[in-house]
Amino acid sequence: MKADIAVIDYGMGNLRSVSKAIEHVAPAASVVVTSDPGVIAEAGRVVFPGQGAAPDCMREIDARGLRQVIIDAAHSKPFLGICMGMQVLFEHSEEGDTACLGILPGTVQRFPHEAMVDATGDKLKVPHMGWNNVHQAMPHPLWVGIEEGARFYFVHSYFVQPTSPEVIAGFSHYPFPFTCAVATGNIFAVQFHPEKSQNDGLTLLGNFVTWNPGASETACDMSGAACA
Amino acid sequence: MLAKRIIPCLDVTNGRVVKGVNFVELKDAGDPVEIARRYNEAGADELTFLDITASSDNRDLILHIIEAVASEVFIPLTVGGGVREVGDVQRLLNAGADKVSINTSAVVNPQLVKDASDRYGSQCIVVAIDSKRVGDHWEVFTHGGRKATGLDAIEWAKKMESLGAGELLLTSMDRDGTKSGFDLELTRAISDAVDIPIIASGGVGNLQHLVDGVREGHADAVLAASIFHFGEYGIDEAKKYMKQHGIEVRL
Repeated sequence: MKADIAVIDYGMGNLRSVSKAIEHVAPAASVVVTSDPGVIAEAGRVVFPGQGAAPDCMREIDARGLRQVIIDAAHSKPFLGICMGMQVLFEHSEEGDTACLGILPGTVQRFPHEAMVDATGDKLKVPHMGWNNVHQAMPHPLWVGIEEGARFYFVHSYFVQPTSPEVIAGFSHYPFPFTCAVATGNIFAVQFHPEKSQNDGLTLLGNFVTWNPGASETACDMSGAACA
Repeated sequence: MLAKRIIPCLDVTNGRVVKGVNFVELKDAGDPVEIARRYNEAGADELTFLDITASSDNRDLILHIIEAVASEVFIPLTVGGGVREVGDVQRLLNAGADKVSINTSAVVNPQLVKDASDRYGSQCIVVAIDSKRVGDHWEVFTHGGRKATGLDAIEWAKKMESLGAGELLLTSMDRDGTKSGFDLELTRAISDAVDIPIIASGGVGNLQHLVDGVREGHADAVLAASIFHFGEYGIDEAKKYMKQHGIEVRL
């Protein structure tokens, strides 16, 4: 049976929270946590989570032969990257000087030690851990029902720097603005954890499971497909 | 701006929350799932479960509880108590915990902190440090504060950070249960000595203590049990109070 939603399992961290949250917002959908390239290729939608360090992440993706199926999915079906699953979509991570998937142009950098002070001069901790405001940089079907500036749960020490500013879908401040959501075509990816961000996180996941990227105006314009 | 976190702590033994929790209209004051649900609705930023089950026979009960809570409460869940090996970390994460707290075993076997953070990432490894003032410094204690280790708490905190801890849960054994406020000097000394977030614990008796923990203690998060359990203060009330005192919170 073809899965509605495949959650890619490549041995990096705990995927149960992600699958539980998706099952919660899409009780009728079949959700599988899988490392089987065939299942991922057949699935209607793909969620690409991940925790841990970038070098391990890339190594585990290749050890399971998942690189190509992830790239294909990112180009062909609704695709949600979460945390490390957002970072490795880019070309390179400073973490362990790691070549990543290169699906999106840009790099991944660490919060620079010298910049980590707040407006009052107090030290800011790394990892950036806790609930921070997410500012929406573009209208997007995945933001529907979520207030501008809503708080989401973060835990990370590295952040993405996209080469093209037009893919930036959201940003946060710590203490400087950094990109925490990107969107292009059928890809949406977030640095924060929607599966741990209570109601707003569930809203975002609910938007993802019903998102039809092909129906958006941009996609219509680009593809020239019938939009009527 | 990043919010300071408020974390209620639930002590669980044999599958039940002990110390009692006093919510209005709570059907069963000992049911961890129901209590977790209520704290989630009240705006808790995370939940911490401390398994204090003495007998190993009933250890699996915590796994069932976490599974049930994780199916309906979508905020970070930390579980501690009795974590001795990497396999324990794995079982708790698989059950739905987001972070696992290691206390005594970190002292007995510091390599466990490194192995677990290498395997699952620093973001899910919390090291709990129970500390007491001894002479002119703070010493690390284990076994619920009964056993002195001879370790200096500040040096220990730095070592745990270097081995891969993503966060430290710091409890003052001098203040725990006293309701006289956090040991602010200890909290600040440790928070300033490391780059990772600190959760302050032990001694909260009123809402000003939470403010002091952040302001004076430089804590990134504050943990409390009894002031929330017995309905003295609500989570939302605590957050409003902190906000009134200039602290960024998630409302």
